[in-house]
Amino acid sequence: MSISIANIFSITNGQAAPICDVTAMDRRDFCQAIIEATGQGLRISALFGQPVGGGRTRLWAVLARDNKSLLLLLYTDIDGNRYDSLTPYCTQAHWFEREIFEQCGLEPSGHPWLKPIRFPTRTETAPRIGDADFFRVEGEEVHEVAVGPVHAGIIEPGHFRFQCHGENVFHLEISLGYQHRGVERKLVGGPDRRTLHYMETLAGDTSIGHALAYSELVETLGATSSPARAQVLRGIALELERIANHTGDLGALAGDVGYLPTLSYCGRIRGDALNMTALICGNRFGRGLVKPGGTGFDIDVQRRDELLRRLDILEKDLFVAIGLLWNSSSVMARFESTGTISGQDCKELGLVGPAARGCGVERDIRCDFPHGIFQLEQIPVSTCPTGDVFARGYVRWLEIQRSVTFIREQLKGLPGGDPLVAVGPLKPGRIAVSLVEGWRGEICHVALSDPDGKFAAYKVIDPSFHNWFGLAYALRGQQISDFPLCNKSFNLSYCGHDL
Amino acid sequence: MLDILWARLQQKHRTIDFPKGPPPALSDRYQGRPIVFPERCNVECGRCAQICPTSALLFNPLRIDLGKCLFCSTCAAACPTGAIEFTDGYRMAESLRENLIVGPESQGTERGIDVKAHRFFAKSLKLRQVSAGGCNACEADTNVLGTVGWDLGRFGIQFVASPRHADGLLITGPVPENMRLALLKTYRAVPEPKVVVVVGACAISGGVFAGHEEVHNGAAGLLPVDLFIPGCPPSPLTILDGLLRLTGRIG
Repeated sequence: MSISIANIFSITNGQAAPICDVTAMDRRDFCQAIIEATGQGLRISALFGQPVGGGRTRLWAVLARDNKSLLLLLYTDIDGNRYDSLTPYCTQAHWFEREIFEQCGLEPSGHPWLKPIRFPTRTETAPRIGDADFFRVEGEEVHEVAVGPVHAGIIEPGHFRFQCHGENVFHLEISLGYQHRGVERKLVGGPDRRTLHYMETLAGDTSIGHALAYSELVETLGATSSPARAQVLRGIALELERIANHTGDLGALAGDVGYLPTLSYCGRIRGDALNMTALICGNRFGRGLVKPGGTGFDIDVQRRDELLRRLDILEKDLFVAIGLLWNSSSVMARFESTGTISGQDCKELGLVGPAARGCGVERDIRCDFPHGIFQLEQIPVSTCPTGDVFARGYVRWLEIQRSVTFIREQLKGLPGGDPLVAVGPLKPGRIAVSLVEGWRGEICHVALSDPDGKFAAYKVIDPSFHNWFGLAYALRGQQISDFPLCNKSFNLSYCGHDL
Repeated sequence: MLDILWARLQQKHRTIDFPKGPPPALSDRYQGRPIVFPERCNVECGRCAQICPTSALLFNPLRIDLGKCLFCSTCAAACPTGAIEFTDGYRMAESLRENLIVGPESQGTERGIDVKAHRFFAKSLKLRQVSAGGCNACEADTNVLGTVGWDLGRFGIQFVASPRHADGLLITGPVPENMRLALLKTYRAVPEPKVVVVVGACAISGGVFAGHEEVHNGAAGLLPVDLFIPGCPPSPLTILDGLLRLTGRIG
C-alpha cells in the first residue's frame, strides 16, 4: 500500500498545532509512511516514544521535507512491547529506535544492533554502562582497541571500541551515556525555574542554539511573537557561537596534524569571539542572553560600535590564521581523502550540519526552515563536495566568513524597540516543533503540552544524535592513527547526546 | 615559509601580563562575586527564593551559596529592596566548602586557601582533567588557559594525559552515576600526594542537575576536595586565580 506524503499532516518550523488535528495511523501505515518518505529524500528529525498509560506507547515522528520547508507529523499508538523495526529499511532510524527501546521498553523487532545508547541508571534490569557486548570482528591478526571513557585531554567522556587489522580500522563502535544526567525526564511538567538553565547546559558550547530552540517553542505555544530587535540579536548571538566554535575546531584540526601556528592563533581568536558574546551579556557562552519572549540583554550604540570594531579585527586575524592551513601542503596532505563519506551515505545516515554540507549536501535549517531573522536575511549555504576532513574543515571556514558578514550587516541595521516581551501561558493540548541550525547542525526540540499548559513531553535532539554514527562510519577503512583527526572534524557533543 | 613568518608578526605577542600586571578586562556586564545586604532583606517576600534555579539562597541572615549559584542574577533583579548585588569580583575559589557561603561577614573577599598543604606543587602542578557530566563550558574555559593568551604553562601548571603523570585531578560536572567508577579509578591512579580541584557549580554541588537520581551532586561527596572554584562556568580568570593561589604563586 502506498501512502501519499502530501496527505500527511504538516506544520512549519516554530508552529504549534492541536494534537487532535494530527491523525493517528495504524502501526503499519506509520512505518510504511516513514520508509516511503525517507526513500523520497525526507529526513527523520525526531522519532520518539511517549508513554500514554495502559501499557501503551505513542510513537511520534517528525519528518523534515526540506524542499517544501514542511515538517510532517505522524504518530501511532502501540499496545504491547514490540513493533517491526524500521532500521533495516531506513538507516536513519537506527539510533532513534535504540533510544525508543531504552526509554520506553518498546522493542523494534528485527533491529540489527539493539543496544542501549545511554545506559540510564534508573532501570534495575537494564545493562550497566560498560557491561554490554561490543560488535566484534574475529580472525587471525584482528585486534581490538578500547579508548575511554576518560580521554587524553580536556574532553568529555565516551567509549570507542575499534576492530582493527594492523593499522586499519574495520569497524568502530561508539558507546556513550557517561554524561547522562536525566535532563529530558526533568523537563516534563515544566517550564519551571530550571528549564532555561537545562537548555543552556544541554550542550554548554551550544547554549545559544538550544536556548533559542526552546524559546521559539515556548513562544509559539504561548501564541507570542518575539520582537524584531530580539530576533536580530538572537541571530547575531547564534552566529557568534558558530564563529567561536568553528574557529576552535579549525585550530584543533591544525593541532591534530601537528601544525602549531594555526592551533595557537585560533585558540586565542576563539576567545575573542566568546568575549564578544560576553560583551553583549556578560557570559562568554551567552548564558541568559536568549530567553522566551526575546533576549535578556540589549545593546546600545557604543556596544554596537565596539562589536563592529572587534568584528573587523577578528575577521582580519582569522583570514591570516586560517589561510595558513589551506596553503600548507603538509596540512592538506593529511586533511584530504581522510575520513571520507559519500553524499549518498550522508543522506542514508541522515547526517546534519557541517558534516552533511561537507559531503556536498545542501542542508541548513537557516535556509530550509527559516525562522526569526533568517526569514528576512538569508545566509548562503556553504558546501564542499569531497566528504573528507578537508571538506568538513573548509565548510566551517566558509561559514565563519558568511557569519561575519551577516553579523556586520545585522549590527548596522538593528531595528528599534524593546527586545523582550511577556510570553502568554502555554496553550493546552498542542504539539510544536522548533528547528535551529546550531554550529554542529540541526537542533530539534519537540514539545507536547498537557491540558494544564505544561510539558507532557519534551524531546531534545542535538545534532550529535544524528552524527555520532557518521563518525563511526567515516573511520571504516581508515588508519586508527587518523581517529583524532576524524573525531575533531566532527567534534560532536557527548552531553548533548547523553542528556 | 614567509607567510608563516608574516602571520606570526601579524598575530603579535598576546599573553596576558597577569599576575605581574593587572588582570585582563572582563565584560562590564560580567556577573561575579555577589554581595548581600541582609539589613535590606524582607525575608517574608521570598521572591528570590522562588526563582533561584538551584536554591542557592539562605535566610536569617541572607546569604548566597556560591557553590550552588549559577550567577544568572535573577535573584538580584527580582529583589525589590536591592539586598543582593553581583559585583565584578572574580576571586571566588576557596579551600573549604563552607567558605563558599557569602554572608554579611564575608563580603567582597575570599577566606583564603591553605597554601602550606600544597607546597609540593608550588613550582610544578600536573593535573588530569576529568569531565564527569560537564556540559563542555567549564571544560572549554579550563582548556582556554592552555592557549597563548593565558599560557598556563609559564606557572608550571599543565594538563597531562595520564593520571599516573598527574599530581591531581581537576573535575567538572555533577558526576553522573555512569561516570562514578571511571572518576574513582582515575583518582586512584594518581600517586600521592595529590590534590583535587573541582570547577563549576555542577562539580561542587550538582549545579542545575542537583537532586537528579542520575547524578551524585558533584565530586565532593566522593572524593576529598582541596579547591572549590565556583561559577557556571567560572571565568578563565577565576580558574587561573584559584590555581595560582593554590600553588602559592599569588597571595
